[in-house]
Amino acid sequence: MSDALTSLDRPNSYIGRSVPRPNAKRLLAGRGRYITDIVLPRMLHVAFVRSPHAHARIVGIDAEDARKMPGVRLIATGADLAKVCKPWVGTLDHFKGMKSTPQLPLPLDKVVYAGQAVVAVVADTRALAEDAAEAVLVEYEELPAVIDIDAARTPGTPVISPELGDNICFHGKIDTGDIDTIFAGAAHVVEEEFHFGRHTAVTMEPRAIVADFDPNEMRLTAHHATQTPYQFQDIYARHFGIPEANVRVVAPDIGGSFGMKLHVYHEDMATVGLSMLLGRPVKYVADRIESFVTDIHARDHRVRARMALDSEGTIIAMDVDDVTAVGPFSAYPRTSVVEGNQVFRLIGTPYRFQNYRADLQVVFQNKVQMSQYRAVGHPIAFAVTERLVDMAAARTGLDPVEIRSRNLIPDDAYPCAAPTGYKFESLSHHACLARLRELMDYDRLRAEQAELRRRNIYRGIGIASFVEISNPGPAFYGVGGARISSQDGAVITITPSGDVRCAISVTELGQGTETIVGQIVGEHLGVDRERIKVITGDTENTPHGGAVWACRGAGIGGETALRAARKLKENVISLAGSILQEQPDRLDVRAGWIVDAASGRQRIELAEIARIAYFRSDTLPPGTQAQLTVAQHFAPQGFPFAFTNGIQASHVEVDVETGFVKILKHWVVEDCGRVINPLLVDEQMRGGVVQGLGAAFFEECVYDDNGQLTNGSLADYLVPMAGEMPDIEIAHVETPTLDTELGAKGCGEAGTAASPAAALNAVNDAIAPFAASIAQLPMTPSRILKALGRI
Amino acid sequence: MKARAFSYARPTTVVEALQTFAASGDDASYIAGGQSLVPALALRLQAPQVLIDIAHIPELRGIALQDGWLRIGALTRHCETLSDPLIARHAPLFHDAAPYVAHPAIRNKGTLGGSIALADPASEFPAMALAMGVELEIANLSGSRRVPADEYFIDLFQTAIEPGELLTAIHVPVVQPSHRWAFDELARRRGDYAIVGSGILADMRDELVAQIRLVLFGVGNTPVRAKRAEDALRGRQLDQSAIVAAQAALSDDLAPPDDEHTPAAMRIHLARVLLGRLLGRIAEVA
Ligand SMILES: Cc1cc2nc3c(=O)[nH]c(=O)nc-3n(C[C@H](O)[C@H](O)[C@H](O)COP(=O)(O)OP(=O)(O)OC[C@H]3O[C@@H](n4cnc5c(N)ncnc54)[C@H](O)[C@@H]3O)c2cc1C
Repeated sequence: MSDALTSLDRPNSYIGRSVPRPNAKRLLAGRGRYITDIVLPRMLHVAFVRSPHAHARIVGIDAEDARKMPGVRLIATGADLAKVCKPWVGTLDHFKGMKSTPQLPLPLDKVVYAGQAVVAVVADTRALAEDAAEAVLVEYEELPAVIDIDAARTPGTPVISPELGDNICFHGKIDTGDIDTIFAGAAHVVEEEFHFGRHTAVTMEPRAIVADFDPNEMRLTAHHATQTPYQFQDIYARHFGIPEANVRVVAPDIGGSFGMKLHVYHEDMATVGLSMLLGRPVKYVADRIESFVTDIHARDHRVRARMALDSEGTIIAMDVDDVTAVGPFSAYPRTSVVEGNQVFRLIGTPYRFQNYRADLQVVFQNKVQMSQYRAVGHPIAFAVTERLVDMAAARTGLDPVEIRSRNLIPDDAYPCAAPTGYKFESLSHHACLARLRELMDYDRLRAEQAELRRRNIYRGIGIASFVEISNPGPAFYGVGGARISSQDGAVITITPSGDVRCAISVTELGQGTETIVGQIVGEHLGVDRERIKVITGDTENTPHGGAVWACRGAGIGGETALRAARKLKENVISLAGSILQEQPDRLDVRAGWIVDAASGRQRIELAEIARIAYFRSDTLPPGTQAQLTVAQHFAPQGFPFAFTNGIQASHVEVDVETGFVKILKHWVVEDCGRVINPLLVDEQMRGGVVQGLGAAFFEECVYDDNGQLTNGSLADYLVPMAGEMPDIEIAHVETPTLDTELGAKGCGEAGTAASPAAALNAVNDAIAPFAASIAQLPMTPSRILKALGRI
Repeated sequence: MKARAFSYARPTTVVEALQTFAASGDDASYIAGGQSLVPALALRLQAPQVLIDIAHIPELRGIALQDGWLRIGALTRHCETLSDPLIARHAPLFHDAAPYVAHPAIRNKGTLGGSIALADPASEFPAMALAMGVELEIANLSGSRRVPADEYFIDLFQTAIEPGELLTAIHVPVVQPSHRWAFDELARRRGDYAIVGSGILADMRDELVAQIRLVLFGVGNTPVRAKRAEDALRGRQLDQSAIVAAQAALSDDLAPPDDEHTPAAMRIHLARVLLGRLLGRIAEVA
């Protein structure tokens, strides 16, 4: 803390301050209330009989013995649940030509991935349900499984859903023209084929739902571990034929989501249907094994890409071919095309060049569904781009910092657009690069690297620039026909004691939404944040809104809170003016007092205004109706998305005999616009970087040739752990968006967006003396040893 | 992931435990620290009718020196192998390996006896038992016997312990002043089961390798003594050429499993690297 006074030293100046989360202590003390903690009267539990095959026809189901087992209340099949649930199809209109098959809670006649739920067994306890599930006999006729990323497109491969005609979900193209000519005339061309494994979210709290249907009032309450309660309110209402106003979705404490908990899952829909069939509450909590085989997976791309440069090392064009396999159908309601779409639109975007051609094929295969997970598409786009930039640096003899400084979009060139159509309001690539260089002491590290190589110690330095999509407007889903809101809503009330309640549609998943909303309301209303209660995650108590996804909580939810707080403050001041017989423009609210705006002299306490408004309205001037509750909605306007940017660096040491990598250090310089809470932004960066390093070195869902997930447990699927993670140093550059008064953009995905790219470049830099290179994530010891030619 | 229903017994003597097992018609499991058994129950990989909790049997505890052997009770927990001064001094490979076994919470519960009875081929303690040439004390209703480690490991999760028998103690021949030892492993993350690990106990006389026990784990169905590599070293100085010879011999000693992520060739390669590094360490202090 410096001694000089700053703008943060005004009363209630919370924006920009590292205030701790008010809910942290409660969660630490074990007082969290997660779905699994919820116990309702007459509640039952469901377990699922799952398919052992990746692709098979269901020939018969024999549940006779199981039905007689202790505690069993219902055994339901696909046909039973189809009676209460309308099918869903995961397509969006703006992805022209995309297709997918209708889905039901449980399949009628066919399974399309190993682990797919086939029969639901509802019993008094989960253990009894599992006992009975073991006694259900399902007869299958196995069908050939489509597993390989290329097999799905090869003629003659069995078609998973014959009604679709082929295994292609979507085909997209971008072409600015003349690419072949440009490459033919380029001074330098670098190219590579990249492979990105599947991985999954591995949230601490698994997916969970308690569905409680009351047939007497046609009322459904779903306690649901999700980040988007309103989206599910809409889905449950429409697919189960319940009036929307009768559907309440409550998301209590959520133990991480990362995008994983905003998709429709068969088990969750089945649980709602079972509650309707039984008229009793039914709980489903996925266990870890179920999570691995049924939570969405992400990534799984094979990208062939090349980059053309002129003789000065200026990038002039890129040409990209991406194939991604998304499972047997497209996820609902956000589809499984968004990741590929973001990959092929984000590639190259930090750089100036304008010639671009890209082909995206999204294909089906018999593995679990793939969909949006933290940093959707970004890690792939930037690993491809940044690795090619490093290869170009090596080819042209330029230092990796120098080639970036020649090619990044200049900081004064905004607004501008990428050849892929994305529009940038204002970014700070060069400021970030300069800051990174000094933060990591780049020149010293390079000198040390050269020195250590002489002693057979192989360290590598990798740099990666990125942009991140945040504050998405309706262009993201709404235009495609999805009933997913891009606006948020807030209702703020001053209570009779002068405390403040803010009910807002953005949700808390452990990332600190409630903290920043409290900060923003406190600052703009002029009250201490301790007096503000933020309410989230309940469709019955908060207005409709998009909640949190794609980095919108601070940028859109925060702006909603800001505008609501300002509106309420106006009401308070106008009322205070009446009471004090003072002109409102001479008054202000600070620290819970109405003060003289010019001198700061305290005039009357907010609590006193509230007391008068609620209990002694007779003392107000005639005609005065105090309005101490305001509602506000806000939808982003202006740029379709608020892009953020930044740069990361990774420092590694490769043991060239074992292929093991020690990650020594990681740096991030990021620009998410207005930083509301540096502590939380840093947490987001660090958590995001760790997830990205997980993808770079550890995490991969490995399937065998029969479509069986071979490492679906925490013993075999390696999540990054603290012991292997480096110190992560973070610095900020702030370029607020002018589209909102708050100026905040997203920061939740930036860490994940480019840490794999930085790590990929670092490992390649380390093994460069052996003329070895690697282009596959995760970079496991065996892959590194193979790259080095040691095995 | 819920265990099937089972009944639970808590004997307080070894004999009572053995009798309880016999009375169960063999459909029982002993449970010690539960760190391997409980996950197996939850996954329904095992579903015994009776769980016999041996954690309250005083005879299975205690660490004491007896006639040149260190007797370590089967219930000795992983964390004690880390902290106990007798183990550190007389059975140093258990002590050196302990920090690499799982994580503190698991080490607080898991037992040395449980680990060696289970005999996971990627586990540290069974391999170190083999490297130190321990004897395993095994009890049944007709008495107790001691089985040398060289005869104890039979196949994957299969040992000299017959159904219903209890491993009661581990007897370690205490290390001598001429002994040198080294332990290390290559695991993707600290606390994971290793891809390859090794423990070596060498008796160095006049700078020559008089005797050596060279054990690798994670490379087969049981911990493996690399006997050809031992032969390549016995009677020689631990110089670079001897080390290279031992590394070369390893491919005759090992037939590791082959899978896409860790091809057999990789395990052999890593075993050689590890062996070279460990022998180098021993040579430095020898
Ligand atoms: C997350 C995690 C990570 C782990 N990582 C490692 C690791 O890196 N390295 C490693 O070596 N281990 C690891 N383990 C396993 C751990 O060390 C176990 O504790 C140990 O293998 C078994 O000891 P236990 O006392 O818990 O045995 P239990 O789980 O109680 O029993 C295991 C088996 O041995 C039998 N048994 C137990 N005691 C006796 C006895 N005295 N006589 C006869 N049979 C007996 C039981 O019947 C059972 O079949 C890990 C475990 C977990 C949960």
